[in-house]
Formats: sequence, C-alpha cells, structure tokens
Amino acid sequence: MTALSYSPLSVCLGLIATWIGIGVAGLLRPLNVAFAGRALFLLGAACGLALAVVAAFSLSAPTEQTILPVGLPDLPFHLRLDALSRMFLFLLGAAAVGISVFAAGYFRSGQGAAPGLLCLQYHLFLASMALVLLADDAYAFMVAWESMALSSYFLVTTQHRIAEIRSAGFLYLLIAHLGAVAILLAFGVLQGGSWRFTFDAMRTARLSAPWAATAFSLALFGFGAKAGLVPLHVWLPEAHPAAPSPVSALMSGVMLKTAIYGMLRITFDLLGHPLWWWGLLPLGLGLLTALFGVVFAAAQTDMKRLLAYSSIENIGILFTGIGLAIVFTGTGMGSLATLALIAVLYHALNHAFMKSLLFLGTGAVLHATGERNLGRLGGLIHRMPWVAWLTLVGALAIAGLPPLNGFVSEWLLLQAFLFAQEVPKPFINMLLPLGAAVLVLSAALAGYVMVKFFGVIFLGQPREPKLREAKDAGLLERLGLLWLAASCLLLGLLPAQIVPLLSLVTRQFALGGELPGNASWWHLAPVPQRESSYAPLIFLLTVVAVIVLTALLVGLFYHRRVRRAAAWDCGFARLDARMQDTAEGFGQPIRHIFQSFFALQRELPSPFDRAPRYRVLIADRLWGAIYLPIARLVHALADACARLQHGRIAVYLLYSFVTLVALLALVI
Amino acid sequence: MSALVNRLDWLTQILEVFAALAMAPLFLGWVIKCRAWLQNRSAPSLWQPYRTIRKLFLKDAVIAQNASALFRLAPYVVFGTMVTAAAVIPSMGSRLPFSTAADAIALVGLLATARVFLALAAMDVGTAFGSMGARREMMVGFLAEPALLMVIFLAALICSTTALPTITEHLATQSLGLYPSLAFSGIAFTMVLLAENARLPVDNPATHLELTMIHEAMLLEYSARHLALMEWAAALKLLNYTCIGFALFLPWGIATGTGPLALLAALPILAGKLALAGLSLALIETFAAKLRVLRAPEYLASAFLFAVLGLLVHLLLGA
Repeated sequence: MTALSYSPLSVCLGLIATWIGIGVAGLLRPLNVAFAGRALFLLGAACGLALAVVAAFSLSAPTEQTILPVGLPDLPFHLRLDALSRMFLFLLGAAAVGISVFAAGYFRSGQGAAPGLLCLQYHLFLASMALVLLADDAYAFMVAWESMALSSYFLVTTQHRIAEIRSAGFLYLLIAHLGAVAILLAFGVLQGGSWRFTFDAMRTARLSAPWAATAFSLALFGFGAKAGLVPLHVWLPEAHPAAPSPVSALMSGVMLKTAIYGMLRITFDLLGHPLWWWGLLPLGLGLLTALFGVVFAAAQTDMKRLLAYSSIENIGILFTGIGLAIVFTGTGMGSLATLALIAVLYHALNHAFMKSLLFLGTGAVLHATGERNLGRLGGLIHRMPWVAWLTLVGALAIAGLPPLNGFVSEWLLLQAFLFAQEVPKPFINMLLPLGAAVLVLSAALAGYVMVKFFGVIFLGQPREPKLREAKDAGLLERLGLLWLAASCLLLGLLPAQIVPLLSLVTRQFALGGELPGNASWWHLAPVPQRESSYAPLIFLLTVVAVIVLTALLVGLFYHRRVRRAAAWDCGFARLDARMQDTAEGFGQPIRHIFQSFFALQRELPSPFDRAPRYRVLIADRLWGAIYLPIARLVHALADACARLQHGRIAVYLLYSFVTLVALLALVI
Repeated sequence: MSALVNRLDWLTQILEVFAALAMAPLFLGWVIKCRAWLQNRSAPSLWQPYRTIRKLFLKDAVIAQNASALFRLAPYVVFGTMVTAAAVIPSMGSRLPFSTAADAIALVGLLATARVFLALAAMDVGTAFGSMGARREMMVGFLAEPALLMVIFLAALICSTTALPTITEHLATQSLGLYPSLAFSGIAFTMVLLAENARLPVDNPATHLELTMIHEAMLLEYSARHLALMEWAAALKLLNYTCIGFALFLPWGIATGTGPLALLAALPILAGKLALAGLSLALIETFAAKLRVLRAPEYLASAFLFAVLGLLVHLLLGA
C-alpha cells in the first residue's frame, strides 16, 4: 500500500463504499429488525462519525484529486476533495451520526417497508450525497445527484400504500428532475465549447458574459428546485411530512445543503468571477423565500409541514447570504464577501443540526402518540421529558436566540448587511440594507413559529386522552437527539473557533480579500475595526450565574416553599384541555396580518348547526398561479396527442403508410 | 494607571447593574405616580413596587398542578436575561468591560429570549388565558423586535459599529441637528417601547380585563417569588428599554471619559433623565386610548415602517 491509500480522499471513498456495503448487507436478512434495522444503522452511524472526523481534521490539507475507473468506458469518475467538499462532508457525516443512531431505535417492525429495504435506500442516499460532494466532473456529479434523488424518492414513498404519499413522492421526483435538467444544461454551458466535462476544464473555460449569466441562472433554477427556493418550493411541504422522520431529517438537514453546495461550487469555483448584479436575483428570491416560508410555517397545523416550511425559510436565508456574497465579490469587496459566505456556511451547518433535531423530535412524538396533527397533541413535556427538553434546544436555536447556534449565523449575516451601504453602486447600496429589514422580520417570525411548535406539542394539557399513555423515546433515540442538541450548543458557543475554520473554506475561492483573524479565542469579532463583538460563552456564563445566584439568594433570604393547586379557572369550574389555544388559534394573528399570502378557505358554522364544524384550509397561491396552469397545459397537449391514438390497427397502418410516402417524397 | 482605569471600568459596570436593579421598581413607581397625578387620582407611594415585591417574596408559592419544570425555571431565566441586558446597556458610563460579550444585536436577541421563555411558561399550564396571552405577546414581539433592530441598525450605520457603548460615545460627541433620520427612528423606538413593555396603547398594565390584557394574562398562574421575579423583571425591562432610548437618542451626560468625577455626575443625570422619561411616559399613557388587539399589528407595523423610513432617510440623504 502506498501513502496515497491513507489520504483523506481514499478514506472518504472507503467510507462511501462501506455505506453502500451496509446497504446491500441489509438485503441479506431484510426482515430482521435487530440486524437490518438496528445493527447496520449503528454501523452506518460509525461511518458517519469517521467521515466527519476525517473531513474536519483534513480541512486545511491540500486539495486531492483522483480518477475512479468506474462508469462508462472513457468516462471515468473524477473526484476531488477540497476545503468546500470537506466542510460539507463534515456536515453530512456529523448530522448522519445523530440521525442514524436515532433511526436505529426508530425503525421497528411492521411499519411500511421491510427494514432491510429501508437500510439499503437510506445508506445509498447517504453514499450518493457524499459522492455529490466529491464529484469533480459533470458526469459523476449527475450520476450521484440522480441516485440521491432516486434513493430519497423511494424513502419518501416508504408508506406507498397511502395515495397522498404516492402523489407527494411523485411531485418530489418531478421537481427534482426539472432541477436536474437545468443543472445538466448549466454544465453544458459551463464547458464553454471545449466539450470536456471535468470541473477542471470548466474552471479554465472562458465564458462570455451572457453565457456565464445563463449558466448561473440555470444553476440557480436547478439548485433552487432542490433546495426549495420560491416558487420551486411546492414539493417540500408535501415530501417532508410523507417521509419517515429520520428521512425527513436527512432530507431537510443534509440534502437541501447539497443544493447549497452545488450553488457555491458553480458560482464561486467553476464560474469563478461572478458579476455583481447576478447576486440580486438570489438575494431577492432568498428574502422572498425566507418571509414566505416562515409566514406559511406559522399557519400550519401539521408539525412536520410546519418544519418543512421552516426549512424553506432557512433556505431563503442561505440564498440571501449567497446573493450578498456575490454582490460583494463582484464589486471588489473581498473581505465582506468572505464574511457573507462564512455566514452562509455557518448557517448551513447550523440548519443541518437544528432541523434534524426538530424533525427527529417530531418523529419521537409521532411514534409515541401516532399523531402529527398539532390539534391533537399537548402536554407531552410531562410524559416525554427527554424529547421535550432536547427539542426545546433545537426550537430555541432555530428561533435565532443567543447563545445557541442559530443566532451566530444570523448575527454574521446582519453584520454583512450592515456593510452593504459601502457597495459602490448607486441605489443598490441604498436598497441592500433594507433587505436586512425583511431578514430580521423573518427571523422574528421564526421565534413565533417555534413558540407555537414547542408550546402546542409539549406544553399545556394533553388535548387527547391517549396522550397520557405516551412513552418517552428509547435510549438510541435519546442518544441521537442528544448528539444533535449538543452540536447545536457547541456551534453556538464556539463561533470564535469555527469561523477561522470556515475561512479556510472561503480562502479557496478567488474572493479578492480575507477576514482578519480573530483577536481572542472567546470573542467573535470578524471585522476588528468595527468593534462589534459577540462572546457567547461569557454571555451564557453570566446569564447562568445570575440565574443561580438569584435562586440561591431567594432561597436564603426567603424560603423555597411550594404548594400545588388547581389552575385558576376564573370561577368557571370546567376548564378543560379544549380551551387552550389550538394550533389554528395560535396562527390566527399571522393569518390575519399576512392575509394576502394565503388562499384561504373557511367553513364557519352557523348558530343553528347541530354539529358545528369549523375548518380552515390554507393553500399556497403560487400553486394555483403557476403549477395548475402548467399542469392544465400539459393535460391539454396530452389530450391533443391522444387523438392520434385510436387503438385501431387500421389507423396505425395508415400512419405508417403516410409516413412512408412522405419519406419517399422527400428522398425523391 | 491602566490597572486603575480598568478597575474603574469594572466599578462602572457593577454600579450600573446594581443601580438598574435597585432603580427599576422606583422608576415604575414614578411612572405610576405621574399617571395618577395627571389623571387626578391620589397617587400610591413611590415605594409601593418595592413593598409589592417584598410581599410576594414572603408568600408561599402556589403552582398549578399541571405546571412543568419549565414553568418554575422561566421566572429565573427572564430575570437573569434582564439583568444581563442591564449590564450591556450603557446608562451611566460607556466603558463597560462586559459589553464586548454582547453587542446591540445580541441585546435584542437577549430580550427575545426573555420573551420566548415568558410565552412558553404562559402556555405551560394550559389555560385559555395563558395561551392567549402568549399568542398576543408573540404577535407584538415579532413586529416590535424587527422595528427595534431597525432602529439599532440605523444607529449602527451612522456609527459603523454594533457595539452599543461605542454608538453612545459616538453620538454623545456629535451635535443633535446632524441626524434627522434619528427623529424617525426615535418615533419608532418610542412606539416599540410602549408595546414591548405592555403599556398603553397596546396593553394596559393597570387592568385585568380578559379581552384586553397581554402581559398580565401570561402571569396569571404565577404567584409569590416567581411572580415577584417576573414583576421585577418587567420593571427592569422598562428601565432597560428606557436606557436603550437614552443611549441612542439622549446620550449626553454619560461618562465617556475615565475619570471618577464623570461617573459621579452620571448618576444624578441619569436620575434626571429617568424622571423626565417617566413623566413623558405617563403623559403618553394618559392621552392614548387602548387599541383593540387586532389593531395592534397596524400600530406595530407603522413603528416598523418608521424605523425603515429612518434608515431610508439616512441612506438616501446621508443624514
């Protein structure tokens, strides 16, 4: 064995192969839960851990390239491991650890597909995502990208006997393929007439400005479709709830990030020198997506749909950051571009952990209660304390509250926005800071959404009697949640350590500037001359110290007596769980304020109804405005084509004859 | 010398936190007194809030049967975040060693943390009032928070930093007429202050009428020491917001230097500013009518718009 075989890239390839092997091994005894559902998933988690460790420790190592002789003749896979791939591989590996451990406790017998089959699809999904991150030519990229889409499609349709899940899966597949076509076309443009599809060739290809812009817009469309950028977001709220919770976690936490990876790869690496005005499109769409996602999340009554819309919001934030970075790069403000890009990478990491945590939390609730509807949950903090408190960490993190991780990336992005007035373009420099207003509004709304999410599920009184029998998650599930919650906390508390690591990633792009290093190990101060700093560790310690001190002093000077009594009922002695706010009730102010976002259908009971019924249906206006007309058009075209087909042999013979005559006429 | 200065900075820091803790109920008492005067009622003593807090601390805590640990934790968290916030806001001196740990954006995040815990605790017992209060509080919050951030954003753009003490120092050394944009954000900030502290026209701190209340609805299940901490935290929050207002719009008189004399002078100046602010608050509350809850979003949206307008004025006119 040469030294090459121990290089990080070969270790990564080995781990990917192991993942595939684990998947295939699941087929050996597909119905054995202990083997295919538990042992293999734990093995997969170990691979994830190894991948994360290798990726993290080789972050500053030089770029590696290799060629794998697989696939079609003369079309080998080119693979490359650079800092950007390593960072996303770390994300994939570290998130997969928590999700796989949770999944090992989650997939039990008698639910949907056989565990062995799930094991195969799940590990193929992981392996193909890792391959996407390693691919160094368009061919390998597309193969990995498509296997990722297909394996996740089969995972989404695990419970394929339910019609809604089938149609959700189909919608997902459809939009994934629309996106894939756009990405394929983007690569077609990027090769720039050289007809070589390695990324190296694309890096050196010189594209004229219009072609470069075309490639960029195609990439934006393609990766936007995968990530859920408005108006290509419609598959997300359908597919995420349909999938089993660990799969939703993997899709939302990790797969959406591969789209962010692709966007960064094409924009900053393959295209190299983006023009500043390209950034306006992702910036505008990102802000729209962020606001749209969070407003819809606030109105949802299904907990997994709510999280899916919250993912849309976060994707919006990520694209906003990408847009900002492009504007900064294009106008020669390299160090600010670095700042914005670091915010994007940081947020991608954060979102991978916190959204996986929340999705797994809903999975545990779903297992314990069989309910996804917020209207039938409540009070679970008493029955499921582990899940409740760990989910609370994720909820607070995604609401962007200090000292957890969601706040850090938001803080970095806001700092980047604060500099936007220095962009040397008239009007743009005035409009850009206003983008921060939209960003801040969606961040504040995220807090609203998370109070609703956590409060309705875990707090209050149980809305159904069966919830009193709910059991807390098992050991493996707890471990998985704990891993993700701890990651959220660490990412929140150690930004001053993580930002320099992320700047290793941004250094590989020609952004034209760098951030000066951090002054101290606990203060995060990305731009020292600004004096803006944030030190979450000190911050947390102070708050905790004040809390402990207060509790001690109160106990010392007064007393600690506590008496339990019934809740105050205002003299109306029949308070029950139905009188708490429902999820609809909690979302009502948002529906009221952002009325124009929704297509509302309401069924109100009349005073004389024997069985009064209140129902609100919230639909997406874009569905009716964009998707239905397209669907109708396709239908009409298909109908027109169908007229040619009568199913009678005589007619088909006539077609053949006419074609023959026409061809003869052409030849003669 | 530098060690001495450093020690003085820490002294300022500690003095500020304790002054805030001690003065918060007094400031609340002052506002109540002014309101009573303006409304021709006989006023309660200035020390009434202290007595209430002491009385509550002495009582036995009664907790609803359904309450979880979160319910008992929340008062401490809310109180703790408010005290930490007081440590970041430059009210007497701008040389605050702790303020490097949290800039203005983190300060807003800190206040949001307090709000989220308050709302979660309100939902914990599972009564109609609690969850209604939580919903309304979050509704007020999600509009007030961006407005506040936009106000801070403007100051940050003017001073090109988000460190609150540096902003104050920068503004204190400028003359007033320089920034008309600050006038817009001043209006926005006042509106946010009223809404966030459960004052008229958004909420009425003096009533327990079910249909109108927000803040009180959330505290309905609290008693004894938990309620005392919540009340104290609410008073502290009012003081904190007022001091943020001073830091941004009335920074004069703050000890920017390192001499002990400036610090000595800063306390009476702060007291004077607070007396004026309390009086204006009482005036606003006397003349304002309570808005319907459904109107509150419009009120807050206009605060947000004012803040954005201030930002626009600054960006377009550079003023």
